[in-house]
Amino acid sequence: MDLNILWFILVTVLFIGFFFLEGFDYGVGVLLPFLGRNDTERRVVINTIGPVWDGNEVWLLTAGGASFAAFPNWYATLFSGFYLALFLILLGLIVRGVAFEFRSSDRSPAWRNTWDWMIFTGSFLSALLWGVAVTNLLQGVPIDAKMQYVGSFFDLLSPYTLVGGLTTLLVFTLHGALFLTLRTEGEIMERAGAIAGKIAMLAIPVVLLLAMLTYTQTDLFSKAGAVVVFLGSAVFLVLALLLLRAGRNGWAFIANSLTIVLFTVSMFWALFPRLMVSSLNPEWSITIYNASSSPYTLKIMTVVALTMVPIVLLYQAWTYWVFRHRVTAKELHY
Amino acid sequence: MDELLLARWQFGITTVYHFLFVPLTLGLSLLVAIMQTMYVRTGNETYKKMTKFWGKLFLINFAMGVVTGIVQEFHFGMNWSEYSRFVGDIFGAPLAIEALLAFFLESTFLGIWIFGWDKLHKKIHLLSIWMVAIGSNLSALWILIANSFMQAPVGYAIRNGRAEMTDFFALITNPHVFYQFPHTVLAGYATAAFFVMGISAYHLLRKNHQDFFRRSFNIALVFGFVSVILVTTVGHIQGQYLVKTQPMKMAAAEAHWETADPAAFSVVAVVDEKNQTNTFEISVPKMLSFMSYNSFNGEVKGLKDLQAEAEARYGPGNYIPPVTSIFWSFRIMVAAGAWMVLITLVSLYLWRTGKLEAKPLVLKALLWSIPIPYIANTTGWYMTEVGRQPWIVYGLQKVEHAVSPSVSMGEILTTLIGFTVVYGILAVADIYLMVKYIKQGPEETPVSSHLEPSAKEVSLWT
Repeated sequence: MDLNILWFILVTVLFIGFFFLEGFDYGVGVLLPFLGRNDTERRVVINTIGPVWDGNEVWLLTAGGASFAAFPNWYATLFSGFYLALFLILLGLIVRGVAFEFRSSDRSPAWRNTWDWMIFTGSFLSALLWGVAVTNLLQGVPIDAKMQYVGSFFDLLSPYTLVGGLTTLLVFTLHGALFLTLRTEGEIMERAGAIAGKIAMLAIPVVLLLAMLTYTQTDLFSKAGAVVVFLGSAVFLVLALLLLRAGRNGWAFIANSLTIVLFTVSMFWALFPRLMVSSLNPEWSITIYNASSSPYTLKIMTVVALTMVPIVLLYQAWTYWVFRHRVTAKELHY
Repeated sequence: MDELLLARWQFGITTVYHFLFVPLTLGLSLLVAIMQTMYVRTGNETYKKMTKFWGKLFLINFAMGVVTGIVQEFHFGMNWSEYSRFVGDIFGAPLAIEALLAFFLESTFLGIWIFGWDKLHKKIHLLSIWMVAIGSNLSALWILIANSFMQAPVGYAIRNGRAEMTDFFALITNPHVFYQFPHTVLAGYATAAFFVMGISAYHLLRKNHQDFFRRSFNIALVFGFVSVILVTTVGHIQGQYLVKTQPMKMAAAEAHWETADPAAFSVVAVVDEKNQTNTFEISVPKMLSFMSYNSFNGEVKGLKDLQAEAEARYGPGNYIPPVTSIFWSFRIMVAAGAWMVLITLVSLYLWRTGKLEAKPLVLKALLWSIPIPYIANTTGWYMTEVGRQPWIVYGLQKVEHAVSPSVSMGEILTTLIGFTVVYGILAVADIYLMVKYIKQGPEETPVSSHLEPSAKEVSLWT
């Protein structure tokens, strides 16, 4: 296995980490207006991710940094090509991040509501647009022989990629709802469980539609491994619903987490060894070879990543251990 | 207006804005960590209150720094794709390492610090704020390693039409880093010191919580004095280094057109860039030679000769950066630094003799000096970045060749307006919260009825 392949796997791992962790943060943000009926409840909901959301978001920054370091041509084409989509994601992340800190810093209800809606909007936009972005990588976008994106923002919006966006929106929201059933108590927990069931019912047909469109719009089904993983991710979604109905919320959370992990794996598996498909000419696709850094840089980065990622995992896991207890309204303070 | 100009404006606006928050984060994280250390060591509740009061202000500022920092990391790909392709092999590495080594550390441990007051052992909780401080400062180191490559490229070879890394060790031991990193972080420490001193002075003037603000002031004063002396000293040495490595930047900063030995220093000048001369100047003979070499003799090359040298080396073109604005930004930075040294010395003297609180004028001056380090930070970076023009990577790639060809003017304009408007709104909210908490002082923050009251003063969600 050469280092290009290793880095493809590492980037995939970083995106898995990002979607798995930030996925429930987005979900909690999207559910905030629906589950938090008053300020106290909203604070309970927000506090479930309060200590961890910022650390989770660093997975995105690291994925971005890693793609820059390992595959600079991919980073360049992707970020300049998906320009306005990324701009919207950035705006979402900005208002959402600030809102977490600012919302409780003033007592005025108008102030709090404004920032709570920012949390919702930022989470909603990001959860939706990541699906649009990932499915676009696989479906293919107009990239010319010089690795330049020659389309516009609207070329990114096709029925397939919109269904892709809807998929991540629903699956992340489900992820957040299931997370809340594990991190809250009483009425909020029950509400989260009820809404999780409804979202799962919505998500299942959307994922089936996504599977059909993936078959017609991409070459994922030409790779047996990717197909198995992709279908596996759909199966775990159904399983999540069944487990939820059986009252096994923890297992339902794990099942839906596997939906996210396997979905991400299937997308990257189907892409391999490409990073971005060119819809103009397969020869012009961005690959792990024509986009990569020099072997020397990859070697340096491999040493750094293989040393640092386990350490990061260790202390992030410790954070979840410290904050493992359910958040209750009682521990909030006036 | 064209794509290049708009992209430059966008980078300029978002970067300057981002760097309004970063220096305070660098310094205040350390100050809060020091205060909490004093609390843990002495058990004195005042230090705990200090940790929480200054910690709350730190958190408001930190949030702004984090979210505006995300934009910075994506910017290179969005607006500067050809730059990213050209230097990605080198530039991407420190950015990725910054995220892995620093961002994870500061973000994860900040969450622990905010929510861990009652959940963790005192010493482990203290460790978390030190991790935040270390993470922030490490992040500065890695991003400055990246920036230093743009200023003084090392450890590379031009292969396959791009700059490829040949020596990672050379990259991270770039001499430029040894000047730029201390100068930048020390500037951040000075910013935080002036922030704490200024706010403490505000309350001391009103005789609010005197013990609390005296102690705060004391810590900030010592911290500020050391930082200010060091940052100006390092700045001077850095200038001498730049005379050797980026003579064009320094010549522009001095509006020094003609090579001279010894060279005079222009205190002020009216610069005529078109005719490449200063129509008016007040100058000190031999002083520029002295500043450059610590000797009253020594040749300092002028802009005209440097332009001729650059043309001989890189081909025809204009290699002189915008002289007037660099000349003045340099002077504003130096004047701000001088003011900071002066007022810190005066305060230190008055503090030692116990007369500070009897001098409302000095306290007022300290309050009004809060913006001074911000001005120095901004003008310093302006000189550093604009002084490198027309290069994006000194001697290797010009800015005009770095911009994304696939991004249209309308798109850049959209995002430029979008970022500016959102940043503007956030600035209003940020200042509103800062002023509110500063005026409230340490006692007014909402307290809990059934938990340790102070535990909640700085918590995110109170």
